[in-house]
Amino acid sequence: MRNDLTMTTTVLDPTAGTATSQVPKAERLTSLDGAVVALLDISKPRGDVFLNRVSERLAEHGATVMRFTKPTFARVAPLDLRQEIASQCDAVIEALAD
Amino acid sequence: MSEMTLIPSPPVTDGLVAVVKRDCPTCELVTSVLEQVAAADSVVVFTQDDPAFPENLSPTDDTNLDFSWHHHIETVPTLLRFVDGVEQERIVGWSREQWESFTGLTDLGPGLPDHRPGCGSLSVDPTLSDMLAVRFRGDVLVSKRIEIAELEDEMEAAFDRGWSDGLPVIPATEARVLRMLDGTSRGPQEVVGIIPPNLVEATVEQVAINAVMAGCKPEYFPVVLAAVEAACRDEFNLHGLLATTYFAGPVMIVNGPVTKRINMNSDGNVFGQGNRANMTIGRALQLVVRNLGGGRPGEVDMAVQGASSKLGLCFAEREYDSPFSSLATERGTEEGADALTLFAGFGPTPIIDQLSRTPESLARSFAEVLKTMGHPKLVIGFDAMLVISPEHGHVFADAGWDKARLRAELDQLLTLDTDDLIRGANDIAEGLPEAFAGSQVPKYRAGGLHIVHAGGNAGLFSSVLGGWVSGAKGSEPVTALISAWA
Repeated sequence: MRNDLTMTTTVLDPTAGTATSQVPKAERLTSLDGAVVALLDISKPRGDVFLNRVSERLAEHGATVMRFTKPTFARVAPLDLRQEIASQCDAVIEALAD
Repeated sequence: MSEMTLIPSPPVTDGLVAVVKRDCPTCELVTSVLEQVAAADSVVVFTQDDPAFPENLSPTDDTNLDFSWHHHIETVPTLLRFVDGVEQERIVGWSREQWESFTGLTDLGPGLPDHRPGCGSLSVDPTLSDMLAVRFRGDVLVSKRIEIAELEDEMEAAFDRGWSDGLPVIPATEARVLRMLDGTSRGPQEVVGIIPPNLVEATVEQVAINAVMAGCKPEYFPVVLAAVEAACRDEFNLHGLLATTYFAGPVMIVNGPVTKRINMNSDGNVFGQGNRANMTIGRALQLVVRNLGGGRPGEVDMAVQGASSKLGLCFAEREYDSPFSSLATERGTEEGADALTLFAGFGPTPIIDQLSRTPESLARSFAEVLKTMGHPKLVIGFDAMLVISPEHGHVFADAGWDKARLRAELDQLLTLDTDDLIRGANDIAEGLPEAFAGSQVPKYRAGGLHIVHAGGNAGLFSSVLGGWVSGAKGSEPVTALISAWA
């Protein structure tokens, strides 16, 4: 409705409004040497092919690789899995593609 | 009327209260009667239009209609009695008999006619109702107010702020949102669900704002609320459905008398344009995902091609002449209940069969198309919804086939030899791993083929709404009662 006097329209915000808080990025690794790197397979076909190669390359750089698998690509990773990775690893690489 | 916390009404004094306006001949008529009453008893007179009327009764100014609105005055004159601040009784218009009985006085209004009907109260004047609702109920809305400046077009402003799915949205003014909230008895700050991907708690008020923007009427609102609640259930996996590179989105099938009450389409062009309820209810759910959840194409929504059904695909099942049990009753709701089912899907994919006159032949046609959904060599992972038209439905009804009989036939026809499906078969790399060779598999998981009845009277076409990753690995269809949100 146009307000007669001011000729402005007042509408209600359809967004959550408060969901803009910034989450800082995790600290980046300065070196792979001695780092523990998680490889998360999201269970898409041939993701393992990609991750096997990444694993080889990481090992060449002195990283220790830990492998994890999401139960299904169609759902967010379970909280337990995310916590396991966060508590045991310094970095994570996710294989998204088919 | 929803049970909102209203702005507190002005305090009242005990005794008699009259509400009048000068622009009402009956109010003019009873002025002398009110003077008689005032002489014998105390009476507080509220006047709606002219603060000086009636002259000899020291009227209380109610030109802002505060008293009238809060006490739901519909007619003037209205005479009320308050005891301990609570209204005990009221009469409207002029009737000597009623007024004498009400006041306990005799010989009221000598020379006046015995009765005269009253006039409409300004507090229920349709030209003022929006303004009054905002004035007296606007404070129940806690969402941020955004001023659209004088030189800004309010329709363009919604696009500029990213609130639109690509089509114009209705500006969510306070008056419109208040009217939407009248469509439910739920309080505006009740939480309906946690909306992915940002996991934001969506309140009834926030859903109402998006329902207004989608173009819904207040009578659709319980359906929208039930849809949001159902979509937020864990088994539906709205987050994954939003994020997928596939074509699917939430498809809504509505059952029960509510479909007639709000004029939903279950017949001709059921998936097409032209019906406001069908078009806007599904859209409201998607606007909630976009605006509250933060789920936008190219961001968390990674659909490679998407589908126009992601604007919102919502339709009613054609129950009144269906040869089959309804989708909702099959999924456990009582016969005649208002319910909606959400299915992760898109569509439609056509099935042409203009020649089959036996259920066996027609079921084979259905099966041939159902085999191809997604890819003819991929099985089990995705559900599908078979939407049978009335003319195709007649073929099954005439042969005495119910849904269970049809499903048994389709299950058999959709049991496939894996040798045709493994990777490399038919010179197609896509397919099942080699290890599956030499056996048989169903195209759809048990319970993964859903059947509904919809469409116009003429046309020997049915269709399939393709599904998405089903079950615990993806999305499980959910059915919710709409009455819970009425």
